[in-house]
Amino acid sequence: MRIHVRLFAGLNRYVTNKPSGIPFDAEIPEGATVEALIRHLGLPPDEVRIVFVNGRAQPLNFALADGDEVGIFPPIGGG
Amino acid sequence: MWILRLNMSDLSYRLEEVPAKYQHLGGRGLTSTIVHDEVPPLCHPLGPNNKLVFAPGIVTGTPAPTSARVSVGAKSPLTGGIKESNAGSSWAQHVANMQIKAIVVEGQAKGYHLAHLTWDAASGKPKVEFMPANEYAGKDLYEVFPKLYAKFGDKVSIAGTGNAGEFGYGNSGIVFNDMAGRPSRYSGRGGMGAVMASRGLKFIIADPKGAPGVVIKDKALFDEGRKKLIDALRTHDITKPKGGLNTYGTAVLINIMNEAGGLPTRNFASGRFEGAAKIAGEAIFEGNKKRLGKELYNHACSPGCIIQCSNTWHKADGSEHVSCIEYESDWSLGANCGIDDLDDIGELVRLCNAYGLDTIEAGTTLAVAMEAGIIKFGDGKGAINLMHEMGKGTPLGRILGGGTAFAGKAFGLTRVPTVKGQSMPAYEPRAVKGIGITYATSTMGADHTSGYTIAPEILGVSGKVDPLSPEGKAALSRAFQATTAFIDSTGHCLFIAFAILDIASGFEGMMEECNGVLGTNWKSEDAAKLGAEILKKERAFNEAAGIGKEADRMPEFMKYEPLPPHNVVWDLPDSALDSVYGEL
Repeated sequence: MRIHVRLFAGLNRYVTNKPSGIPFDAEIPEGATVEALIRHLGLPPDEVRIVFVNGRAQPLNFALADGDEVGIFPPIGGG
Repeated sequence: MWILRLNMSDLSYRLEEVPAKYQHLGGRGLTSTIVHDEVPPLCHPLGPNNKLVFAPGIVTGTPAPTSARVSVGAKSPLTGGIKESNAGSSWAQHVANMQIKAIVVEGQAKGYHLAHLTWDAASGKPKVEFMPANEYAGKDLYEVFPKLYAKFGDKVSIAGTGNAGEFGYGNSGIVFNDMAGRPSRYSGRGGMGAVMASRGLKFIIADPKGAPGVVIKDKALFDEGRKKLIDALRTHDITKPKGGLNTYGTAVLINIMNEAGGLPTRNFASGRFEGAAKIAGEAIFEGNKKRLGKELYNHACSPGCIIQCSNTWHKADGSEHVSCIEYESDWSLGANCGIDDLDDIGELVRLCNAYGLDTIEAGTTLAVAMEAGIIKFGDGKGAINLMHEMGKGTPLGRILGGGTAFAGKAFGLTRVPTVKGQSMPAYEPRAVKGIGITYATSTMGADHTSGYTIAPEILGVSGKVDPLSPEGKAALSRAFQATTAFIDSTGHCLFIAFAILDIASGFEGMMEECNGVLGTNWKSEDAAKLGAEILKKERAFNEAAGIGKEADRMPEFMKYEPLPPHNVVWDLPDSALDSVYGEL
């Protein structure tokens, strides 16, 4: 299945030629979880803090569906 | 320690010993207590009976990390209620080092004056000299600050008010210098600049030469606490060197709020902005890198800060444009106005600094003007023109300078995102329920800093909760509001909360620093109780000023207008809002 991915706040440096916040597609097996996507992308798991799937924060064991929009963040704060 | 009173009516000053009841107070706790005790709640905020109070925090001026905060308090011309607005600046440390716990500005002078505050070694006391300051009125603060440094020396620090304050705007902040002497650190919210200008006070120049420093009663305990807090700040992912705040600045939040569908866009019409990635902290970092040919990490707004989150935006030719594009400013003048050009946003921030305007209130007011059709959403150059109208005091500028609620009324709009007359900052309450409860119930009007539930609702700090769920949010907001009132009293920047809410020893360290300075015996669990006492005084002032629980409500349009992309309305019952202070 195809997932639309966006990486933020420096996580894009682990994936070649992907600027921050610009969507790209990842092909992963049907029913794969958020955790599997992170592995597929080669992101260090301990640098991932928050994962949004279609605008909702989801846990690592959340099962993705074809066409999902996923945004991945390291720990950040501000205000 | 002293309370310094400046009487502007006869240009005299008086030093008072700190009364016993104020000895353990500092920062917000002290400004709110003095306003509560001395300002008639029904007075006109710009009239002779209001008072403007400056108070450094409990540990400000000591080597405690990230602790150069000053609170500014008064009755607010924006909300009509009590106000505490704080900023980080060397000014806070200089005043604290002269052993001044608070400066209370009273009365009204004819024309503008400045107060030159120095340490008089002969008498062992602070000393004040008043000087005429009319020559600095009506001028750009970027032009005035260098003149003040030339006259008083480059070691001084400055607190002041700009054109916006002189015009009496509800949107007018008090400016402080940053470490490079820029007029860029603001107690922005609530019209404190107008309260200062209406006293006839233009600047307070603080010269720390010879000042003895803050008395620390138990040095060993203080040092122990300081070390714990430093360890927490240096290890937490958000606050550590080259962590999120140091690399991308506070504007790193643009993308995550956008992803969560909670980034207010085009006057709170949507929770997503298609131009978010172009204005985010990452874009500021990358843009600077391209224009400077190297990576630029952020700097401290004030001495002794180890988080160092302040950015600088550069022009295409590599020269400095402005510092600092904070998240709230980036959002209010960017996404909320439909503007996706960082050069336009940078110029708008610079103009707020130059004229003495609060960036949040300025951006939300421009968005209301856009909604009314004065200019179009996305029109950056038009927004810059309107900012000049505010700064120059044209008739339209004065309507906009009155703030978002005032302009919304003048333009006959229903979509006006304010509570108690103060505009909402950069988090959509329909999509993030806890922060909505804070907006509605805060004693300050809509204010994110007074109960930052965004930490657990969006950032996964201090736990993780669903932003769209109302479950437990009244209690969450109450706890954050109480703890915040205490942190705002310590003199620490609120950003230490990211670290100490996750690292218990850091929290303990903060309490031990305070105990070391004051000789108290506070435990971590006392912070919320001490904070609650401050909130009760603020609440009592507001009630006496005619601002009761009926004012703790969201703007009506948020109850019937669904917000994309989650298509949610504000659906919490009023009883949940009333329980925040009802059960305090």
